[in-house]
Amino acid sequence: MQDAIQIHVNGQAQTCRCDATVADLLRDLEIRTERVAVELNLEILDRAMFDQRLLKDGDRVEIMSFIGGGSF
Amino acid sequence: MADDRLVIAGREFKSRLWVGTGKYKDFAETKKAIEMSGADVVTVAVRRVNITDRSKENLLDYIDPKKYTILPNTAGCYTVEDAVRYSRLARAAGVSDVVKLEVLGDERTLFPDTAGLIEAAKILVKEGFIVLPYTNDDPIVAQKLVDVGCPAVMPLAAPIGSGLGIRNPYNLKIIMEMIKVPIIVDAGVGTASDAAFAMELGADAVLMNTAIAGAKDPIAMAEAMKYAVYAGRLAYKAGRIPRKLYATASSPIEGML
Repeated sequence: MQDAIQIHVNGQAQTCRCDATVADLLRDLEIRTERVAVELNLEILDRAMFDQRLLKDGDRVEIMSFIGGGSF
Repeated sequence: MADDRLVIAGREFKSRLWVGTGKYKDFAETKKAIEMSGADVVTVAVRRVNITDRSKENLLDYIDPKKYTILPNTAGCYTVEDAVRYSRLARAAGVSDVVKLEVLGDERTLFPDTAGLIEAAKILVKEGFIVLPYTNDDPIVAQKLVDVGCPAVMPLAAPIGSGLGIRNPYNLKIIMEMIKVPIIVDAGVGTASDAAFAMELGADAVLMNTAIAGAKDPIAMAEAMKYAVYAGRLAYKAGRIPRKLYATASSPIEGML
């Protein structure tokens, strides 16, 4: 049995498989990859890297998208 | 007016009214108001995806990026680092390399931190972004933004969401005369006459959100703004008469009894 790892996604603690990629995480969270940006430990990932980048314990992931807004 | 297109960084825009997408009741209302406004540039904010409630719909399901130019903004950023980070995230999210750059200096007024704005603009231009900066009505700062490579400048009419209208028409006029790139008056418009006034002064476009979304009837106000911007542009191009203190009759004396 594989060990689970603890990561932070958008500021919330989340558990995932130790061999999970960023693409796996997005799939598990049911987030469509188009029009989202993913930042892994402050590094913005190229979309093409989503299925290659493995997550590791303690990683901080930010998944960002567009919402309604004009000026703040 | 059919050929009266606004061109920024080689991109052509049909509409001189640009709109924000915040503060609407729901996405259906947002979509309808945007349609009614005739705007082809729509600004959006960059935020964390809600990972606990995935049933939430996405704004871009309602606003087709093929039909509109989606203009991500850095709304809510108070530092150069944050504004740069949000801009990079917006580009990575894949709609475009254009960004409406905001670096705010104060929570109460939401006035721009113009020193930070110039610094952030410089960094982003070097990274290949098309930077449209939200700035104060300061001609010198506007020129500095152009000098660092901004292809348009977006001075405020009044504080964001205040509805105070054009508070300093003289500074805006100086900006429009001094600055050789398109000027988009951004923020502070309250009603249709404010938008028309901005265009009569010579603005190339007007960007607004609250004036439409906060109106009692946002759909009707969106339509009012469309005509206001159009009328203001026509009047600017037509050339207004000079102001005079005394009357000048518009009927001839000749032929009178």
